[in-house]
Amino acid sequence: MDIDSIADRLSSLFPGSVRGIEKEHAGDPFLVMDPARLVEVCMHLRDDQEMRFEWLMCLSGVDYPPETIAVVYHIHSQTHGQKLVLKVLLARSEPRVPSVESVWKMANFHERECYDMFGVDFEGHPDLRRILLPEDWEGHPLRKDYVYPESYRGVTNKA
Amino acid sequence: MSVIENRFEPGVLVTSLDTVINWARRSSLWPMTFGLACCAIEMMCTGFARYDLDRFGSGAFRATPRQSDLMVVAGTVTHLMASRVKLLYEQMAEPKYVISMGSCANAGGPYWEHGYSVLKGVDKIIPVDVYVTGCPPRPEALLDALLYLQNRVIKGRTIARGKAPIFGGGV
Repeated sequence: MDIDSIADRLSSLFPGSVRGIEKEHAGDPFLVMDPARLVEVCMHLRDDQEMRFEWLMCLSGVDYPPETIAVVYHIHSQTHGQKLVLKVLLARSEPRVPSVESVWKMANFHERECYDMFGVDFEGHPDLRRILLPEDWEGHPLRKDYVYPESYRGVTNKA
Repeated sequence: MSVIENRFEPGVLVTSLDTVINWARRSSLWPMTFGLACCAIEMMCTGFARYDLDRFGSGAFRATPRQSDLMVVAGTVTHLMASRVKLLYEQMAEPKYVISMGSCANAGGPYWEHGYSVLKGVDKIIPVDVYVTGCPPRPEALLDALLYLQNRVIKGRTIARGKAPIFGGGV
């Protein structure tokens, strides 16, 4: 199935879940999704016999200041040899999206990393802690306006 | 030597206890099995047949800090890892020695300016005996550092040290 027919299928089954198709960008075309219905749509993408996107290849975050943070899902179907990119656009002041950990288990660590680096709150995640940085770290380093700390626990960060 | 001269059977060697202890320490500097980044690959390479760290008595990589004499900090020390490195160092028994291997452990390496999460040199948290430059250092460089450290160990005063600091640890 190409991306247009996938979008049509999803729109008919879950009205309002697909907010747009972006094909003009360099790279893979992607679907802009509604965060509210993300989990049930992803479950359908995984289980539907014609789609079978059973593998979440990558979950990443992108910061678009001043207002948007995006979470990008690259999913792959081993059965049909097909890829799909989903994107949700979130408010930068309070980025919040349902966790897809219940759909793909490997989203667990990816969402923790995205939370660590961008501060995205994945609702329903069973264990949303920092994964790379120490627990008491302040801020989320991959945000564009991140200010480098002068020191951490009394150890200077200067060369 | 005149007091003990001609008092022993032939074949008995007389030496100072310091020399014997330091000789034993020098000849069995056991490193800890412990690598942080790409420098660890080079350290493993030093341990294998081509460079053979065992020639100098340092091939027995111990899996616990309590049996180790030497900590080779091989790689990037992040702030998250720094607490563990310090804990491991504190768990090692005296006398203990530290080789800081590679640019990252020496001074932060390529992360010295923009690496928000990287410790700018492991000497900010534990005392370092020998620094090895390189990114990563070649096995010859690590062997050189080991031999340098051995020369320092053999010169240390152990029994008769008094208040004079021995090499490593508290220096």
